[in-house]
Amino acid sequence: MNLRESMKMAIRSIKTNKMRAFLTMLGIIIGVASVIVLVSIGQGSSKSVKDQINGLGTNLLTVNITDTEAVVLTDEMVTELADLQGVSEVSPVVTGRVYAKNGSESAQVSMTGTNAAYSSVKDLELSQGRFLSDLDSELRLKNVVLGSDTAETLFGNGKAVGETFQIGGISYHVVGVLQSKGTSLGSSGDDVIIAPISTAKRALKSMAIGSVYVKAESEDMLTPAMYRIQGTLTSLFPNQSDNYSVSNQEDLMETMSSVSDTMTLMLGGIASISLLVGGIGIMNIMLVSVSERTKEIGIRKAIGADRKSILQQFLLEAVVLSSMGGLAGVVIGIGLAELVSATAGLTISLSFSITALAFLFSLFIGVIFGVFPANKASKLNPIQALRYE
Amino acid sequence: MEEEAHLQAAEWAAEMVANNMAKSLITITNMSKSYELGGETVKALQEISLQINEGDFISIIGPSGSGKSTFMNMIGCLDQPDTGHYLLDNQEVNKLNDNQLAAIRNVKIGFIFQNFNLLGKLTALENTELPLVYRGLGTKERREIAMNCLGKVGLSDRLNHIPSQLSGGQQQRVAIARALAGNPPVLLADEPTGALDSRTSQEVLGMLKELNARGQTIILITHDLEVAKAASRVVRIHDGRLYEDGGVWLESERINEDGNKEYQNQ
Repeated sequence: MNLRESMKMAIRSIKTNKMRAFLTMLGIIIGVASVIVLVSIGQGSSKSVKDQINGLGTNLLTVNITDTEAVVLTDEMVTELADLQGVSEVSPVVTGRVYAKNGSESAQVSMTGTNAAYSSVKDLELSQGRFLSDLDSELRLKNVVLGSDTAETLFGNGKAVGETFQIGGISYHVVGVLQSKGTSLGSSGDDVIIAPISTAKRALKSMAIGSVYVKAESEDMLTPAMYRIQGTLTSLFPNQSDNYSVSNQEDLMETMSSVSDTMTLMLGGIASISLLVGGIGIMNIMLVSVSERTKEIGIRKAIGADRKSILQQFLLEAVVLSSMGGLAGVVIGIGLAELVSATAGLTISLSFSITALAFLFSLFIGVIFGVFPANKASKLNPIQALRYE
Repeated sequence: MEEEAHLQAAEWAAEMVANNMAKSLITITNMSKSYELGGETVKALQEISLQINEGDFISIIGPSGSGKSTFMNMIGCLDQPDTGHYLLDNQEVNKLNDNQLAAIRNVKIGFIFQNFNLLGKLTALENTELPLVYRGLGTKERREIAMNCLGKVGLSDRLNHIPSQLSGGQQQRVAIARALAGNPPVLLADEPTGALDSRTSQEVLGMLKELNARGQTIILITHDLEVAKAASRVVRIHDGRLYEDGGVWLESERINEDGNKEYQNQ
């Protein structure tokens, strides 16, 4: 008997038991759909993190100081770093949290004290006004740039540039508002106040530079610049190498992507288990079907069906069930993923390979869990099968 | 020793075939079969020999438990004997594996069962086509043969009815059409009238007689002497042994028993 005949028989037998077929497929549908939805969410968040890190520029180096008492960077030292070969710009950063107030509106936000180069080093874009200038820092002006969320909290949707607000009773003047950068891994880049470093040091009552962002001249100069900075820091702070670190974006990216890849793998794994459970459902129903149709199998065998024909018929039935379920699962999964991205505002990343993989896996499960019942059917003794009522 | 005996038997069988090349269709020599039932060995068939020629209409009659069903399974290639030889249409059957047996059943034997054994979800036409599906014929060719066979049993107007929409007699006629579709040398009818009333029984038996008149070899297995008498030759099976001239042997006390019930109890 050829494959086409077996296929016809399989589809026919599924059609006669529509409700049962649907319930059997449901396991596979849920499995495939959840694999697609969860993996696309996982990959979407991984992609958005990578995009954000990439958006910072691949020329960026970060000096993080973990112990600001042992490693005290002075302005002269920062200038020394800026003069190194291969380094184009340097931004020292002082951070802390402040309580900002404008009339009845108030917010706890993080303040970043830095210099004019910060905007080009971190690739920031403004939606209103201007960024800080060198003059702001030198004259210790109380001019600040707000993150988009901070601006909205303090001034609503109105124009913030030109307005003033208070931090600890001292008035600050808004000169610019940043464009929204979105949220990544829970930390918002929009919830900030950027002030001149000299002003920030006074407002935060802290002289410690916590980190320095360094922009290399080009991507090629990144590694030499990193070595030179490390060398300079070693000579400035001998035996303190445990208290600071120099890293580039690639290191950061690797860490981030390994985290999100693990997350994606975990989500996919959990979803795959439900696919497996769906497969067991198929096996169960196929076993019921074989015992229900013992008489039919007996008749077919008496008429001249060999083992292969019977095996093929039941195996194909399982495969058709699982692949129909898989197909429906793909459609529902993609639909759900789009729905999630539209309603929950999550970034999703639908990949063809994962979709195809989920579908093929459902097919594979149909074969694996179909073989046992089909084999059982093919091995039935025709005499006993014919007597079966 | 045993091997020698086998060899002799085979030679003898071959000789017999050679003698009746044109005529002998089934040659069974010294066929024995026993099986375990509740820890006891039941000798279902004991050294049975039987020759059936082309064009014969033979009845095998016997009460339940006589080994009749076991013998039918042997003739129908559903089971294999412990010892002995079975030549069907010049082919030695007792050495074949499961798949080869399936192929033999498909080509050489047309089954007609007591309970019709049609597939309930298929139409009369599709049921009739079934042997040809397993033979690997194309859809068009199959359809043509099946329609022709249904025409022979007078069901041309019931092609697309499923078995539950047909009467018992009609269902058995579909079963006969299915048996004929493969154009097998042997029709094997196992209590074909067991589930039918006497009028339709006569109808079905008449149909078998008619087929035999056109040269079809038919083996009819029954417990009912009246049914068996439709055949031109009647053999009797009793306690696993076969006796010729079963028609002479009358078993008056069993003549009125319910055959259908007896069959189900087997």
